[in-house]
Amino acid sequence: MPETFKVELDTPAYKGSVSCNTGLFINGKFVDAVEGGTIDVINPSTGKLLTKVAAATSKDVDIAVAAAKKAYKTSWGLKVPGAQRGELLMKLATLLEANIDEFAALECLNVGKPWSESRGFDMKLTLQTLKYYAGWADKVHGHTIETNEQKLAYTRHEPYGVVGQIIPWNYPLTMVSWKIGPALATGNVVVLKPSEITPLTALKFASLVQEAGFPPGASLESNVSPSGATAGTAISMHPDIRKIAFTGSTLTGRKIQEASAKSNLKVVTLELGGKSPNIIFDDADLDQAVKWAAIGIFSNSGQVCTAGSRIYVQEGIYDAFIKAFSEAAAGLNTKTGDPFSEGTIHGPVVSQTQFDRVMSHIDAAKAEGAIPFIGGERHSLTEGFFVKPTIFTNCTPDMKIVQEEVFGPVAAVVKFKTEDEAIEMANDTNYGLACAVFTENVSRAVRVSNALEAGMAWVNCNITTEYNVPFGGYKQSGYGRELGAYAIDTYTQVKAVHINVGLKI
Amino acid sequence: MPATFSHHFDTPLYNEKATIQTGLFINGVFVDGLNHSTIDVINPSTGKTITQVSEGTAKDVDRAVEAARNAFNTSWGLKVPGATRGQFLYKLATLMEESLDEIAAIESLDNGTAFGVVKGWVVPFSIGLIRYYAGWADKISGQVIETDEGRLTYTRHEPIGVVGQIIPWNAPLLMFAMKIAPALAAGNTIVIKPSELTPLSALRVCSLVQEAGFPPGVLNVVVGYGNTVGSAISSHMDIDKIAFTGSTLTGRKVMEAASKSNLKNITLELGGKSPNIIFNDADVDQAVNWACHGIFFAQGQICFAGSRIYVQSGIYDEFLAKFTARSKMHKIGDPFGADSYQGPQISSTQTERVMGYIKSGVDQGAKVHLGGQRHGEQNGNFITPTIFTNTTPDMKIVQEEIFGPVSVVIKFEDQQDVIQQANDTIYGLAAAVFTQNITQAFEVGHALKAGTVWVNCYNEVSAAVPFGGFKQSGIGREYGSYALEHYVNVKAMHINIGHKME
Repeated sequence: MPETFKVELDTPAYKGSVSCNTGLFINGKFVDAVEGGTIDVINPSTGKLLTKVAAATSKDVDIAVAAAKKAYKTSWGLKVPGAQRGELLMKLATLLEANIDEFAALECLNVGKPWSESRGFDMKLTLQTLKYYAGWADKVHGHTIETNEQKLAYTRHEPYGVVGQIIPWNYPLTMVSWKIGPALATGNVVVLKPSEITPLTALKFASLVQEAGFPPGASLESNVSPSGATAGTAISMHPDIRKIAFTGSTLTGRKIQEASAKSNLKVVTLELGGKSPNIIFDDADLDQAVKWAAIGIFSNSGQVCTAGSRIYVQEGIYDAFIKAFSEAAAGLNTKTGDPFSEGTIHGPVVSQTQFDRVMSHIDAAKAEGAIPFIGGERHSLTEGFFVKPTIFTNCTPDMKIVQEEVFGPVAAVVKFKTEDEAIEMANDTNYGLACAVFTENVSRAVRVSNALEAGMAWVNCNITTEYNVPFGGYKQSGYGRELGAYAIDTYTQVKAVHINVGLKI
Repeated sequence: MPATFSHHFDTPLYNEKATIQTGLFINGVFVDGLNHSTIDVINPSTGKTITQVSEGTAKDVDRAVEAARNAFNTSWGLKVPGATRGQFLYKLATLMEESLDEIAAIESLDNGTAFGVVKGWVVPFSIGLIRYYAGWADKISGQVIETDEGRLTYTRHEPIGVVGQIIPWNAPLLMFAMKIAPALAAGNTIVIKPSELTPLSALRVCSLVQEAGFPPGVLNVVVGYGNTVGSAISSHMDIDKIAFTGSTLTGRKVMEAASKSNLKNITLELGGKSPNIIFNDADVDQAVNWACHGIFFAQGQICFAGSRIYVQSGIYDEFLAKFTARSKMHKIGDPFGADSYQGPQISSTQTERVMGYIKSGVDQGAKVHLGGQRHGEQNGNFITPTIFTNTTPDMKIVQEEIFGPVSVVIKFEDQQDVIQQANDTIYGLAAAVFTQNITQAFEVGHALKAGTVWVNCYNEVSAAVPFGGFKQSGIGREYGSYALEHYVNVKAMHINIGHKME
């Protein structure tokens, strides 16, 4: 029997216990991994061990998929009316809402993100997303198509069956909701692999899935082995998984797509990395632009796929912008620390590995001649993985700091003269996830956002994701869309039915 | 302060207490009508008064509209995100579910439909409707339309504003839910008039609307008569849209008033004389069961009742015998009786009207094959399930909507002929086809001029599937996403970003 992780907290932000099961959640129950392995889960604010959780291997994935298949044929899929699937999802949301503070606290412990972000953003978006998809479950429509009166032609939008989902560590619980919301609403059954770095809120969520009364096997989560390779590979190669949805690095995304090609050509959707441009024109509201630029790159310590990490500033306001922006960044240094402390706004990056990666990007930038206008080093806090908010100036397009995704609180600022120049530099990337434009001119706002090659564009704001607006990338940032009505299409396959009405040959 | 009505039920099927506020519900509170008059609410099973409720008049409609307009401009409409509107509706549904039995009992007492049916289907379905539209509230989207790169062209689907709704007495709670849910989900505020014959379940739900925390003025309920409150709503200059369900006769008046006042947007769900066509190759036993359900459910007081039953000659005798036997099995009696199926007609007026149609059938030479009489007390409201045969197409009982447990069974030979007979009506609300043959099923179904066609079933409705009439059965659709189209105003935005005018 898997153990329960439990800890008592007494902090300004949260007082009470925080707990979750540490097993794999398969077929409606928590179980140990077949091969008995475990993974260490670390608190990034302290660098210390929080708990161990079960490590799944391909054997566990096989069991999970078999259970999912069975559930799909008997107690889920189109065997159950959409309204009923929706009611279960709404029940799940209601249970989460009743325990939201504890979930927020658990997320803070595991990810290091400040309470204000965890409770104020992650949890809120998670609840909105679950409730939203609960409402879609009985609204999945095909079409009837007029051909001629001797044919009844219509489409069914059917679920795939067993879908595999692999999610990252930057917004653990929110990512669960983005994935299972539309998948379950449309009648699929799920085998979900949380990140091995941040499995705790997903595991706690699985208890709610149990409590809500989902049929066993309908929504399954299995934890993953240390490298992610074993269970993740098993899912991407599995012959009975009909579709896989992955959010994570472009590097791993390629492996997922390759695995699909080598196995059963399962349908793939990918949400990958980004190096999103934030273009600030002379006529921008400077004060607002600074605030949004900071949100765009320093939120979640820059560990956001849509982070506005390349900031293009028109020469007319460049000096004023840099001054104000660096003041905003510097201000975060005194608000850095433990997620539960009052006033903490800036947290650690999620792990030692990530910390090393971010620091090496910073070192490479310096080596290539970019100037660390502010930051560019570890925070004075010795415990945990804290990187100071960092702004590089004097950047040129070919520098690594301008080309490669850092996934940390590091901005590269580039000066520009003309609109065309900015658009060209902004599009000069293999990525295409998001972009932002700051201008008070309506024509320019629409014209420039039209011209940028990205799946999401923000005008006079940045990274404000709405649960009902589609989310996804162009180019090597991925394909397929999450959120909004578009995710319903992502999780259904179309069958066209042609019924002959009276045509004799 | 208006009164509270409390009733202690003491019946085989329900014996708890129910409490209802009897005032008008305006701006989030229960108030007496400005005229301080009342309406007697009659129990159709006994003819006795259940309680009085406040009577609204045109001046009450005015203050309700004012409250609704205020709410639309400040605390509803696009002032709150769709998800918030949805959350209020979800909460209301949950509260209704917690009081399900009580609401069912109130409805059954007021309307006469069997308690088992109301508790087992009507109330759960109504709750399901509210949940269904709760889910739509944050999913209303317009289009972005490619014109050229010098323009951004898109549509907004905005709530219309203050909507007036007038609903009938045959399924009061269901009518209430199906009207308020899409209107509120889309962001409108409401002034709704339940039937003066059956206001009680709506008033009970108003207390739950209060408890759910809807901002005051979002939903206003004004009980009153058609020629006062109904008329005031239809002609109100500050009501932007009206939705009416009821008779075709009254529907014309509503449309006329709308056109004479401010050309308010209008949708109508009116009467029907729906054909139920049963072919030789039908599963006869199933056809019999569905046909009974189609005409005798809710005492035949259903707008889409399958009141004209066309039976192909090859199975006519078998069908008629089985249909007759099955109809005799219905237990008629008090709605709270242990195995009551059919209750009373809604009022003595309606009962007399139905009896009048039966008499006209006899007078015009049709044969009463079954029933044709009152059941029980001769001045009560119970009517025996009635089957007419040997009719001709021009008879009143074949042409006009009776709205009672009265069916006409007509023999036919030929598929083309029966389609023509079925379509030979000013109505077009629903129709049904019973056949096992795939081609016949679709060919006939597609040829029938009706807003709903059932194949091998009857009376099947779903929150997600549109419902409404062709021809004089109405305008517009309810249920499904289609209902939302009637509760939004489309605004096209053309943003010029590059074209210069010389």
